[in-house]
Amino acid sequence: MNEYLTLSMILFTIGAVGVLVRRNAIVVFMCVELMLNATNLALVTFSRQHGTLDGQIAAFFVMVVAAAEVVVGLAIIVSIYSTRRTTSVDDASLLKL
Amino acid sequence: MTAFWIVAPVVVVAALGLLFARKAVHAALSVAVVMVGLAVLYAAQGAPFLFAVQIIVYTGAIMMLFLFVLMLVGVESRESLTETIRGQRLAATVAGLGFGFVLVTAVGQTTLGPVTGLRSANEDGNVYGLAALMFGPYVVAMQLTAALLVTAVLGAMVLAHREALTPRRSQAEIARDRMAEYAATGRHPGNPPTPGVFARHNAVDTPAPLPDGSPAADSVSPSIVARGQLRDGFDDDIHVVSRQLRREDDEDEPRRGSGAVGRDGEPRRGSGAVGREEDE
Repeated sequence: MNEYLTLSMILFTIGAVGVLVRRNAIVVFMCVELMLNATNLALVTFSRQHGTLDGQIAAFFVMVVAAAEVVVGLAIIVSIYSTRRTTSVDDASLLKL
Repeated sequence: MTAFWIVAPVVVVAALGLLFARKAVHAALSVAVVMVGLAVLYAAQGAPFLFAVQIIVYTGAIMMLFLFVLMLVGVESRESLTETIRGQRLAATVAGLGFGFVLVTAVGQTTLGPVTGLRSANEDGNVYGLAALMFGPYVVAMQLTAALLVTAVLGAMVLAHREALTPRRSQAEIARDRMAEYAATGRHPGNPPTPGVFARHNAVDTPAPLPDGSPAADSVSPSIVARGQLRDGFDDDIHVVSRQLRREDDEDEPRRGSGAVGRDGEPRRGSGAVGREEDE
């Protein structure tokens, strides 16, 4: 049980560091997906621990929300790319002081 | 447990590939490996429905969407390695290591009760159990996610839509404009010649000569010009080419043997022989 949770924590940490370190917006997005997947693994593990299927239902809802998020996020990245010709997160800085 | 110890190292290495891959496509491939590995872990933990959904939704739909967008915005767009905030990468690494250390030790120190297992919950089959929950206590959440999906589709359509600002030009208008440009500037209205037409070589890096012998600039691809690989295809150039070919032949000789020069080796041999004659 603890091994699964430890793997989930490691994956979540890698995703978090990736969000902080990477510059390409698409790669940052993939890191967010990795964090969502790590939480899904923890949910499935807890579902097995408690012997009920509620955790699996929660993981399923996370997957649905992640799919919706990816659709909108990638559409935003494509529209930013078509106006600015870049996918770097540093270049979209018009709202900065 | 065997499945876990086989899959977990692969998953962690692939996730680290996401951090260290230079190209975004490599990062996408390593994320696909992570997704498949997690699907195997779901299957090992009594969640066959999530196993299938993970493969279909994540590796099938989401990763393909990522790859599609990567191809759309250009695989070659490298990310810049300059730091905009100084020391950010180091600080992020230290913070990440600390965060991971805290999480892993916290998990390692917890003692969980005995694992109940899903045998009784999966009695009627995993899918039936999930359906009884989803259309029972979680039916409102299910309907809200349905609304969310419809909204996401509409949002993506609105974001990707672009208004056509200029009217669409018909083929007749394009032809008329070309003829008008020909009358005004003398630019030929037809297709430019392909590279190598009437030139000494028929390679893509040799521009087609115009009637006066000068090379037609727009007959070769601009990327070849940008890379500086353009050949003019005139007499002094043929010595350079034949010298290159002879050097390649010498390198090839031990590898393929003298009798193995096939049909594709023939033209290279021929041009090399011409060069040798001219040298002498």
